[in-house]
Amino acid sequence: MSSDCCNEFSRSSLMRKAVAQAGSGLPAIEPGMPVPAGTGLDRRSFLARSVGLALAVYGGTALAPRAFDHGIAQALAAGGPDTVLVSVFLDGGADNLSLLFPHGDPEYRRLRPKLALPDSGLVFPEDTRLRWHPSARAFHTLHNEGKLSVLPAVGYTDADQSHFTSRHYWEVGDTNARLQTGWLGRYLDRVGSNDNPLQGVSLDGDLSPSLATAKKPVAALSGAGNYSFWAPGVWGQVEERMLDAVGSLGASRGKDPALAGARAVTFQSHRLRQQMAQFDSDITSPVPYPRSESGFPDQMAGLAAMLAAGLPLHCVALSAYGMYDTHSDQAEDLADGLKLTSDTLLAFQRDLEARGLANRVLTLVWSEFGRRAEENGSDGTDHGAAGIGLLMGTRVRGNMIGEFPGLKSGLDDDGNLRATVDYRSIYCSVLEQWLATDATAVIPRAKSFARVPLLR
Amino acid sequence: MSAARKVPVYRGRFGPVQAERLLWRAGFGPRPGEAEKLARKGLDGAVRSLTRAKRERLVGPAPVDDDKHRIAPIDAWGHDHLWWLDRMVRTSRPLVERMTLVWHDWFATSNSGVGSQRLMLKQNRLFRSRGLGSFERLLVAVTKDPAMLLWLGGTDNEKGSPNENYGRELMELFTLGAGRGYTERDVREQARALTGWRNDWDDDKGPVNFRYDRERHDTGSKRIFGKRGRFDWQDACRLSVRHRTHRSFFVSKLWSYFIPTPPSAATRRALESVYVRNHYAIRPVVEAILKHPALYSNRRMVKPPVVYLAGMLRARKRGIDTEAWTWLSNQAGQQLFYPPNVAGWQDDRWLDTASFLARWNLAGRVLRPVVLETSDKAPLNANKLIERALEFWGRPELSPPTRRALKAFAAHAIRDADRSWKKTQYPPLIENALRHLIAVSPDMQTS
Repeated sequence: MSSDCCNEFSRSSLMRKAVAQAGSGLPAIEPGMPVPAGTGLDRRSFLARSVGLALAVYGGTALAPRAFDHGIAQALAAGGPDTVLVSVFLDGGADNLSLLFPHGDPEYRRLRPKLALPDSGLVFPEDTRLRWHPSARAFHTLHNEGKLSVLPAVGYTDADQSHFTSRHYWEVGDTNARLQTGWLGRYLDRVGSNDNPLQGVSLDGDLSPSLATAKKPVAALSGAGNYSFWAPGVWGQVEERMLDAVGSLGASRGKDPALAGARAVTFQSHRLRQQMAQFDSDITSPVPYPRSESGFPDQMAGLAAMLAAGLPLHCVALSAYGMYDTHSDQAEDLADGLKLTSDTLLAFQRDLEARGLANRVLTLVWSEFGRRAEENGSDGTDHGAAGIGLLMGTRVRGNMIGEFPGLKSGLDDDGNLRATVDYRSIYCSVLEQWLATDATAVIPRAKSFARVPLLR
Repeated sequence: MSAARKVPVYRGRFGPVQAERLLWRAGFGPRPGEAEKLARKGLDGAVRSLTRAKRERLVGPAPVDDDKHRIAPIDAWGHDHLWWLDRMVRTSRPLVERMTLVWHDWFATSNSGVGSQRLMLKQNRLFRSRGLGSFERLLVAVTKDPAMLLWLGGTDNEKGSPNENYGRELMELFTLGAGRGYTERDVREQARALTGWRNDWDDDKGPVNFRYDRERHDTGSKRIFGKRGRFDWQDACRLSVRHRTHRSFFVSKLWSYFIPTPPSAATRRALESVYVRNHYAIRPVVEAILKHPALYSNRRMVKPPVVYLAGMLRARKRGIDTEAWTWLSNQAGQQLFYPPNVAGWQDDRWLDTASFLARWNLAGRVLRPVVLETSDKAPLNANKLIERALEFWGRPELSPPTRRALKAFAAHAIRDADRSWKKTQYPPLIENALRHLIAVSPDMQTS
């Protein structure tokens, strides 16, 4: 983790990680700080043989892993859900005033004497004051093709400036610190299946709180083809012989029940490894993805491959590449994060198009807040209010949703950008228009949020 | 009660094989040479050396994290697990540590509900210091232990609005067993007797100042197990331990941690009589179980994941030097201080395909720092390589099918070495593989 981000961000990330790793329970937290949705959900690991995936399943505890495997196989045979929603999170509070910067706003250079970007030439047509960040050329391309709707100032009134709290509000779809189910989790509780945990899947390895359900099972994926046995200092022919020997160790049984049981499990593990080996190098993409040490391009490429294989994925969540809590050295960190994230999302879109899946997938990009309009004294920016939102897909309108409020009259008393669209308006609209469900059954006080036409 | 019956005692040979099993069941496996040393003491001496061990010494390097910094068991996530694992690995009193694990499972308190590593470690000290004394006193201490008070709602249990959580588990899980001689009314009345505990909340420290507050205690008369009185929390414990079904619950449950098949009726009654005659002391019952013929002639048991891991580290005299043990143990199904629920871990469900892979990876992590390179010399001879790999693990006892599988592997791999470069490079690879195969063999997963 970068040392540039604030302590609270580091701590809350670590705490979330601890939650996910422990499966439940938090280290002592500050009173008033919300507990992430899904905390305490039972977590069980198993291998879905039908699709070759190692899964950590959350919730739906009445069912044995076998039932999940069966449920996945059945959903697979039925052809999977029609629509897919992918939620991509920019962790840390991405600076929308750099991603889509107000080049033509006279206040911009006054508030950002050091950080103001030079004209990138990537003009945003609906509001010609705005320019795309030079590292986000891929978003410019997508928007020009009509495949990217843009929310230049999305959020909620009286934005909470704690990473932990604001992210929680976005995850649960309500400004309620005590809500324990995610907005997509409640949707899945309503329409989801009892035995297909792939209907809501986190690709980060940990359960995404936005997918936390009350009743239905959801899953975190630790990767396809992960059931492999690695032995240090053994390779080549010797390794092949060694892996075969695992089968021999489990081949006999004998009278002792514990020994016989251990031998049986050894043999099953050996067989499972052989079955899984075929998934090891399974992901081939029809388009190139950016090469990176980070897992994000592989995760997106893997997602497209899984959808192409007909896996019954319905709601998917993951974090994008990048550290967006840019309190210092913003220029470098942000350019790095935006470049790989936007290039990867463009590759994902191209991949879906090449595979003929593009009409089925909608991708929502969000962050817990934007950043302060005025830069700070350490070449960075502090926590703000309204932030960036993006909707990507061939079926979106590709327009601007809400408006850019300007830096003169568009700031609140703290000098933060005011929201021109409430995030719950987007959630309600996605639920109704993309997922064809009644938003009032999922989002608290849904009636009070205006609906936005999202699709063509 | 009829005349005191004798608990049967093992009369067969007590050699290194039997001592090795005893060290696995009553501890975390032998360090190199330890089984032979223990065998020389004979059964009585061996058991006494475990149950009446002298002051604890910690042998070997102090625990550090991946950055070689001292671990922070109270503050850093997962370091609580490392801290206790270190005790299991380095202790000179393995039975005390094993009993601490028994009580952790028996009174299964999870930090997922307590939210304080400090309080979990405090409870852990309690199990360690009282784990072989009087069960009644242990129960009294656990009942007022802060982690337990938080875990089962003890400090939420007050006069006028009783919380039955602890009262129920006190009987169902800790002392009597489900449906064994108590009613729903007893649950409610126990809860009333247990009222009075409270604590404060400190913004920095979390839950603090656990204490008994008479104002919150229900001083009224209660009727528990047919007896009437103004019972309080200590009475609740005493009544449960003196209940007619407690002794059989206690000896059978304790037995199940050491021996996989239930005791015969005669053995159970004999153990009960040892227990009661010694005023509910734990140590004499443990000693009788550890000397029982069933421990030596009976079936094997699957090692719990932390016992499996601690045993490998003991065999290798390796200290705690990586945080990976926490998450790998979690994947193997046993993260210390996080039992899955109030009933503890399911000891008959340790092994499945996912936990097997986790155990494979635990073994791999133990082997990684000492892996042989292709430049290291090793003999081009299957038997010699097997002998060396067995020596590496302190010569564990292996069954004939496992020996045959190792032999077949080594012989085939040697035969593959058909070029001169393979003849020098393969033997160290084969030896690495043999070490790993022995570690994950069904024999090493069980004891």
